[in-house]
Amino acid sequence: MLYREAGDFKTSYTSDNQTFPIRFDRYGYYFVLGVAFLVMPLILNDYWTNALVVPFLIYTIAALGLNILIGYCGQLSLGTGGFMAVGAYASYKLMTGFPDLNIIFVILLSGLVTAGVGVLFGLPSLRIKGFYLAVATLAAQFFLIWLFTRTPWFFNYSPTGMISAPTRTVFGIPVTGASASALSMYMICLVFLVALAWLARNLTRGTLGRQWMAIRDMDIAAEIIGVNPLWSKLTAFAVSSFYIGVAGALLFAVYLGAAEAGEAFGIDKSFLVLFMVIIGGLGSIFGAFAGAFFLIAGPVLLKIMLVDNLGWATDLAAHLEIMIIGALIIVTLIMEPHGIAALWRTIKEKLRLWPFPY
Amino acid sequence: MLDTQPDEGYTTADGRKIGGVAMEMKNITLRFGGVVAIKDISFDIRWGEVRAIIGPNGAGKSSMLNVISGFYNPQEGEVIYKGYRRPRMRPYQVARTGIARTFQNIALFEGMSVLDNIMTGRLNHMKANIFQQAMWWGKAQKEEEENREKVEKVIDFLEIQHIRKTPVARLPYGLKKRVELARALAAEPSILLLDEPMAGMNVEEKEDMCRFILDVNDEFGTTIVLIEHDMGVVMDLSDRVVVMDYGKKIGDGTPDEVRNNEEVIKAYLGVTDD
Ligand SMILES: Nc1ncnc2c1ncn2[C@@H]1O[C@H](COP(=O)(O)OP(=O)(O)O)[C@@H](O)[C@H]1O
Ligand SMILES: [Mg+2]
Repeated sequence: MLYREAGDFKTSYTSDNQTFPIRFDRYGYYFVLGVAFLVMPLILNDYWTNALVVPFLIYTIAALGLNILIGYCGQLSLGTGGFMAVGAYASYKLMTGFPDLNIIFVILLSGLVTAGVGVLFGLPSLRIKGFYLAVATLAAQFFLIWLFTRTPWFFNYSPTGMISAPTRTVFGIPVTGASASALSMYMICLVFLVALAWLARNLTRGTLGRQWMAIRDMDIAAEIIGVNPLWSKLTAFAVSSFYIGVAGALLFAVYLGAAEAGEAFGIDKSFLVLFMVIIGGLGSIFGAFAGAFFLIAGPVLLKIMLVDNLGWATDLAAHLEIMIIGALIIVTLIMEPHGIAALWRTIKEKLRLWPFPY
Repeated sequence: MLDTQPDEGYTTADGRKIGGVAMEMKNITLRFGGVVAIKDISFDIRWGEVRAIIGPNGAGKSSMLNVISGFYNPQEGEVIYKGYRRPRMRPYQVARTGIARTFQNIALFEGMSVLDNIMTGRLNHMKANIFQQAMWWGKAQKEEEENREKVEKVIDFLEIQHIRKTPVARLPYGLKKRVELARALAAEPSILLLDEPMAGMNVEEKEDMCRFILDVNDEFGTTIVLIEHDMGVVMDLSDRVVVMDYGKKIGDGTPDEVRNNEEVIKAYLGVTDD
């Protein structure tokens, strides 16, 4: 009886529309936020921040973006790596071209640039669907990486072909470059993630989100009741690419510090984010968190367990990891197409009725 | 300048006032490759009336609704709406001129809840921009609440309060049909197009649906264009009937006129009503 709304008697439609209608969930959410902002900074060490927490935060942003496109709007994309590269290279060009521009703006602008590129590559979605669209986005992936590795202007003619992030500060604290501390990396990624997750939640519960889902579920009916397919699909590509661009910019500027397009943003990254979305749950904000956590933490924990504790060879452990992820994806697709998020929802539904199931 | 002359309308036997011409279909011909789905058909729809389209399977009835809702563009002929010739439009633009519809094969958004499906019907009444929506602020929030209130009225009207939060995919057939009607009604259309709203329903569900259709027409004055197979239902519900057969119009008039029309009896009534 603990886990319950105060009955299904909302006094207003506002309260019925809340993100967390159950008080327990709402407090749980404040609790998680409190831990993330106040407790984690005290207990995190450099190893965990670098190996697990910061990549988790950044990839959750990318997964949120891709989930908007695939899970909410139903448009399959395999170009995530390429779009992350757009964000990364945009942030590099902005940082080096405008040294005085605050890094926050650099990252936001990189997102906007990626949104523009995303819309451009989203245009074919007006004509082609499903598998064919996936192939078109795959072409975008290879084209973008080719562009960034072959055009010296993008990496400022550096002889190695690498881009590397200069030091930039927020309130005088370095967040990019060699002198950035693990804590400052953590905080800037966390702030971006919390803000973007909140915006994603708002967008998906309102009119635009319903338009996206209508297009996803039945595009012809959607158009006949008044959804403009052009507007819905292109906004989905724009918003999704914005998130992915921000993730790419953070990954390069804050986390990696130096990158090369083919290596850091290859097709494997497209699939990694896609798997996060599938395993976490299509069409769910929580799913983006769950999927990113699973695919970032899983390998790290497996490695600690198998290599460090049981003394397995590294490549053996890596193979096992790939097999486990592959099996998980197949199992998810067959058993629970809506991923961890749906499992969680089922558990909650049961809990809500507990201890009186009828 | 108007493309048609306004006229007066008439009063029905049960005393409802029917207005002037809302929409006029003029010499519509629609072909799919070699198949002629609609052959040179003209008829009009008046404000406030229940206009039925009947005919055997494959007669071109659904195609006609698709022409009205802009999903198909006829090769010949024109649609006059509210006195003006309608230019070629995309279906979503037609929806914004106050035309809503349901489908012969249910076309709900299966991944969404009943409430979200019906809220989607309010789309054309919601104007908050993407930034207001992202912040869930000002106009976006206010609009969401106002439209939710309208949707709740539709939900009450169609007696589907108990399934508000249910995912549509879990509903039985009859309720799905009702939710689809709710989604169309939520748009507050001037003209409501219903493609076989009672197909596949049991007697009780049919009675409910009949009552809803009449109530919509009565209470909101909504003009209704209805495709239906059940002759009894058509005779009860409609003010005027168009009869189609093999893409041609073979009858047009009040239910009584149509019932006594030789050609109609031969082509349609005689076959199904024996
Ligand atoms: N999209 C389409 N492509 C080809 N032929 C079609 C299409 N839609 C309808 N038709 C044809 O048009 C004719 C009328 O169909 P329809 O309007 O669905 O009839 P009804 O609703 O009266 O049963 C049928 O012969 C059908 O095969
Ligand atoms: Mg039909």
